[in-house]
Amino acid sequence: MNVENYIYLATLLFALGTAGVLLRRNALVVFMSVELMLNAANLAFVAFAELHGQLDGQMASFFVMVVAAAEVVVGLAIIVTIYRTRRSTSVDEANLLKF
Amino acid sequence: MNTATAPVIEYVALMPILILLGAACIGILVEAFLPRHHRFHTQLVIVGAAIVGAFIRLIANWRQGRSGIMAMGSLTLDGPTYVMWSGLLVFGLLAVLVFAERKANGGVTTFAASAATTPGSKAEATASAARIEHTEIFPLFLFSLAGMMLFLAANDMLTLFVALEVFSLPLYLMCGMARRRRLLSQEAALKYFLLGAFSSAFFLFGVALVYGYTGSFTFGDIAIAVTLPTQGRGLLITGLALMVVGVLFKIGAVPFHNWTPDVYVGAPTPVTGFMAICTKAAASMALLRLLYTAFGGERWSWQPVLMVIAILTMLLGAVFGLTQTDVKRLLAYSSVAHAGFILTAVVGAQGIVATGQLTSVGAVMFYLIAYGFATIGAFAIVTLVRRSGGETNAMDDWAGLGRRSPVLAGIFSFFLLSFAGIPLTAGFIGKWAAFESAWRGGYKWLVVVAVIASLIAAFFYLKLIMIMWFQPPAEGVEVAVPSALTWVPIIVGALATLLLGVAPGLLLDVVSTADVFLR
Repeated sequence: MNVENYIYLATLLFALGTAGVLLRRNALVVFMSVELMLNAANLAFVAFAELHGQLDGQMASFFVMVVAAAEVVVGLAIIVTIYRTRRSTSVDEANLLKF
Repeated sequence: MNTATAPVIEYVALMPILILLGAACIGILVEAFLPRHHRFHTQLVIVGAAIVGAFIRLIANWRQGRSGIMAMGSLTLDGPTYVMWSGLLVFGLLAVLVFAERKANGGVTTFAASAATTPGSKAEATASAARIEHTEIFPLFLFSLAGMMLFLAANDMLTLFVALEVFSLPLYLMCGMARRRRLLSQEAALKYFLLGAFSSAFFLFGVALVYGYTGSFTFGDIAIAVTLPTQGRGLLITGLALMVVGVLFKIGAVPFHNWTPDVYVGAPTPVTGFMAICTKAAASMALLRLLYTAFGGERWSWQPVLMVIAILTMLLGAVFGLTQTDVKRLLAYSSVAHAGFILTAVVGAQGIVATGQLTSVGAVMFYLIAYGFATIGAFAIVTLVRRSGGETNAMDDWAGLGRRSPVLAGIFSFFLLSFAGIPLTAGFIGKWAAFESAWRGGYKWLVVVAVIASLIAAFFYLKLIMIMWFQPPAEGVEVAVPSALTWVPIIVGALATLLLGVAPGLLLDVVSTADVFLR
């Protein structure tokens, strides 16, 4: 199968993730959409590595996975504290800070 | 059969970063094993020793001329790295002193007694009554500082991404740990985290696209691939744009500035001070290194775009600053405007090829150091103006500060004048250097816009000075009496701002010998 198609798929996933961040209102879903974007980048790394016949891109995707895991830890900690305080994870209700 | 070769790491040259990261790990162990009442002082000693030790090692390395591309091509130690690492360590030390201030807060730090408890709950009240403190803030701070140092020295895109996350993730947490006004603080952490994660996802996809085009992660290889005429540059340009979005978010440039005011206001003020200068410094230098060493050959593509962003950033920061009624929010918009002034020097792109004059890199470094001392000092003063025990940032409450505490109001006014770029302050020389490199780069219109934006911004700084000195003192406001931990950053900031304004040659000489990126 043509490697280019994986890159198109990665771009599509990235666009879906971006749309999710912009359109969804639940902080958890927004966060999941960000993770989708990171995974889209992973797919692109692996596909490009195949295209170039190297291992660099595959290595990169491991780094990204570790970073994404660390991000989940920090992100969930913040979202859970907010949920405990407000009983809601809607990003629209977090509106105390305004100009 | 292939044998794996062990990577070569220049441990001595990279010792400053290793010391910080090692101390941060020790700090975590201290949290786990030491009884609670010993932790605060132990952590403070560890942080202080780590930063001072790293600084001494850094200066020794600099004098011994250890430079070059280190750690298998992933980090560059060159003039700009040494200058800004020293800058970050000094600012980090000054910022962390304010973190440790207890006297002004009635014997506890400004960080939540227990960040995991729900605000207003019984558990929170119990934790506060027991005078519990979160000393985890110190290891988090060290991780963040080391990440920033890595970020501006990174010589490949993967290190750049990992460093970006290493300095951002602790910052997100630190923003949510205020002792007072915890709802605001938590909200700031949530906003900063979601937007930060979003922007780093953009950055990462940009990395993937640039890797797809060039087939390599290192800046040197990218620079070669960029100059080769090839079909389908769309991949490269899109990738570059996405990466720049990620870094501009950290700098706080328009249109990626939305988080800045909210997070600056919501975060505990010592953290705001640290973030305001150190994040900006690391991200500005990383942007310069990325654009100049890897994408220097592509500068006709990025210069016009960055010029538009610089103009929008300066004007929006200056104009929105006019309408603010909150001191921290005013400083936040001021920092947006400063991001714009820094970008003017970036656009000038002086010194991608050496010219013998101060390069854009040198101008940005001088600007950041000048801006940094004033910022650290200004935010240290912001922690001291209080109403019924908690910090008050409303401008109305700052009225008449000049009568209540002439020394602090005087120093704060001096910082504001430096932000405004009045002669005899460091800010003036910084602006001069930045605008000059844009001028020499042929962007004369940009300099005109920048001067206009500085004038608009000067208006709101002067407005705050007028409020402090010429209005009757507000009722019920008091100025806390801090210990030396807060006084040192204020005094050092004021002296450095004055010194760099009167005798800029001291720093300009250093900066101008170390203002070209190694590639």
